[in-house]
Amino acid sequence: MEYIPNILFSLLLVVGVGFFVKNCVRLKRNINLGKAIDRADHKKERWAAMIRIALGQSKMVKRPVAGILHIVVYLGFIIINIEVLEIILDGVLGTHRIFSPMGSAYYFLIGAFEILALLVLVSVIIFWLRRNVIRLKRFWSKEMTSWPKNDGNIILYFEMVLMSLFLIMNAADSSFQEANMGNPISQWLYPLFSGNSAAVLHTIERTTWWLHICGILAFLNYLYYSKHLHILLAFPNTFYANLEKPGKFPNNPVVTKEVQTMMDPNADPYAAPAEPEGEPEKFGASDVQDLNWVQLLNAYSCTECGRCTSVCPANQTGKELSPRAIMMKTRDRLEEVGKNIDTNNGTFKEDGKQLLNDYIKPEELWACTSCNACVEECPISIDPLSIIMDMRQYLVMEESAAPQELNSMMSNIENNGAPWPYNQMDRLNWKEE
Amino acid sequence: MNVPTMAEMMAQGKQPEVLFWVGCAGSFDDRAKKITKAFVKILNKANVEFAVLGTEESCTGDPAKRSGNEFLFQMQAMANIEVLNAYEVKRIVTACPHCFNTIKNEYPELGGNYEVVHHTQLLKELLDSGRMTIEGGQFKGKKITFHDPCYLGRANAVYEAPRELIRKLDVELVEMKKCKVNGLCCGAGGAQMFKDAEKGTKEVNVLRTEGALEVKPEIIATGCPFCNTMMTDGIKNKEKEAEVEVLDIAEMIAAAEDL
Repeated sequence: MEYIPNILFSLLLVVGVGFFVKNCVRLKRNINLGKAIDRADHKKERWAAMIRIALGQSKMVKRPVAGILHIVVYLGFIIINIEVLEIILDGVLGTHRIFSPMGSAYYFLIGAFEILALLVLVSVIIFWLRRNVIRLKRFWSKEMTSWPKNDGNIILYFEMVLMSLFLIMNAADSSFQEANMGNPISQWLYPLFSGNSAAVLHTIERTTWWLHICGILAFLNYLYYSKHLHILLAFPNTFYANLEKPGKFPNNPVVTKEVQTMMDPNADPYAAPAEPEGEPEKFGASDVQDLNWVQLLNAYSCTECGRCTSVCPANQTGKELSPRAIMMKTRDRLEEVGKNIDTNNGTFKEDGKQLLNDYIKPEELWACTSCNACVEECPISIDPLSIIMDMRQYLVMEESAAPQELNSMMSNIENNGAPWPYNQMDRLNWKEE
Repeated sequence: MNVPTMAEMMAQGKQPEVLFWVGCAGSFDDRAKKITKAFVKILNKANVEFAVLGTEESCTGDPAKRSGNEFLFQMQAMANIEVLNAYEVKRIVTACPHCFNTIKNEYPELGGNYEVVHHTQLLKELLDSGRMTIEGGQFKGKKITFHDPCYLGRANAVYEAPRELIRKLDVELVEMKKCKVNGLCCGAGGAQMFKDAEKGTKEVNVLRTEGALEVKPEIIATGCPFCNTMMTDGIKNKEKEAEVEVLDIAEMIAAAEDL
C-alpha cells in the first residue's frame, strides 16, 4: 500500500508527458503539410539569431515595460523548472526533497526559486492588469475576443496558481521552515500555517505538492491548444527565419523558367511543350498547404502579442488588415485541416473551405503596403508579409482577381513599360521640359 | 543640362562611371521629374560621367511583383537585365527606393548583378571624396525632418546617408517619433500608389503627415518620389502648404547650390 502514491505519480507522469508527445507529433505533422523551403543554410548565422532573439530576448525589450516583465517571467520559468526535476524524482521514488543533502547549494537554489517565484507572480499580475484593467489597445482588437482573449488570461491564471502553490508548499513544509534556509519568501507565509497541527500542515504541504505537479502537467498539455506554444516554438522559429534583406521577395523559379523559354531567341516556336511532370504548379497560396512549412511554423509560434498589428499602417488607419489576425487565421485553418486528416484516417478530405475567403478576405490582403513594419516588430521573427504576398500572388495569377486599378496599372506596364499610360518613347522628355 | 544616354555613350566607345536609373515616376510624374532634374544638375556640377537608358528603360516590375503578378515582374526584370547586361553596366544609381530595392535584391537571381546605390548614397560618396561640397545656403538653420522610405530604410537598412546630407545643410534635423527602423510607411508601397485605399478611418499618408507635423518642421525631406507625393498630399490635406514644404534631398542640395 505504501507504494500507491509512487505508482499513481508515475502513471500521471506517463499519461501527462505521453499526451503532450502525441500532440507534438501532430504539431510536426501539421507543420510539414507546408511546402518545402530550404532554411538549412547559414547555420552559424541561424544559431546566432536564435541565441540573440529567442534566448537573449533582444527584440522583447524594444518595448521596455513588457520586455523586462517578460524577461522576469521567462527566466523564472526556465530556472524554477529545475525544481520540477526534484519533484519528479521525489514523486517516483517516494522521497522528500531528494536533493536537500546537497546542503547549502540546495538551499541557495531553493531560495533563488522562491525569489523568482515572487517576481514572476508580481510580473504576471501586472500583465493581467495591462490586459484587463489598463486595457492596452492591442489586447482589445477585434481578433482578440472569445478564445484568444480567454487564452491570454488562462495562461496568466495558470502561472499565478503555480507560483502560489510553490510558495505555499514551501511555507507548509515545517521541517524545511525549521531548517530556516532557502526560504526568503515562504518564511513570511509560514506564520499563516504554523498554528496548525503537524498533521494538518503535512496535508497542506502534500496537497499543494500534488496540485503543483498536476498543474505543471496540465499546463504542459495546454500548450498545444494555446498561443502559449511560443515558449517552445520561438526557438526553431527564430532559427529558421528569413535571413535575406526584408525588401527581397523570393523569385518564383517556375516562372523564371517559363519567362526564360519565352525570351530565348533560339527556342523552337513550333516545338511541342515538354509534358509537365505531375500536377501543374499552382501559383501563390489559397490554403495552408500552399504555404511553406516555415510560414506554418510561424503561425503556431505566434503568441498574439499584437505588436505587429500595432505598427501596421493599414491597421492604424482602420483598415481590415491585421498581421496578427493573418497569423491566427492561418493557424486556425491549419488546425482545421489537421483535424480533418485525423478523422479521415490520415488523408485530407476536401471540405469546401480554404484559407482565402473563408478565413482571410481579399480586402485584408489588398490593404498591405508591404512596408515590413510587422516583420521588423515581431519579437520572434514571424513574417506575416510573406503570407500576404503569397495570397496576393494566388489572387492575381490564378484568379485574375486584382482590384481594377491594379489591373490597369499592370496592363500599362505590359503595354508601355510604366505603371501609367505614358509612351515608353517619351521617357526622356523630361530632359527638354 | 547634360544627359547622355547609354546608346550615345556606347557610340562614342565610352563607359560611364554609373548608370542613372530614372524610374517611371522620375520620368513621367511632374513632381518627380523635378527631383530627376535636380539630381542631374548635381551630377553635372560634380562632373560625374553618367548615362541614362532613356527610351530603353522600362518599369523594374516592382509594382507588379508587390501586386502578386510574378510573371509580369520577371518579364520586366529579364527584359531590363538583357539591356543592362548588353551595355555591360556595373553600377547603377537611382532616386527611387523601389527601383533600388528591386534591382539590388531581386535582379541578381535573374542574372542581373550590379552594384546599386540610392542617390543619397552616391551624393554622400561625392561629398566624402571631395567631388562635391554642400553649403547650407537658403536652408541654414531651418527645422527639417526626414521621412524614411520603407524600401530604403527598413528593407535595406540605409538610414545614415540621407541624414548626413541633410546635416551638411546647416539645418536642425529633428526626428519624428517613428523614424528609421520604426518608420511609418507613407501609404504608397506594395502598389498602393496605384489604387484607392481599402475602407478605413483615415488615409495612411495623413497619419504619417500628422506624425511629421508633431515635430513642427519647416521642411519634410524625402528620398522617394512616391513618399514625396504622399507627404505632399498629406500636407495639403492638413492645409499646411504655406508653412511646410516637402522636398527630396537632391532638390535641397541643388537649391542650396543655386543649381
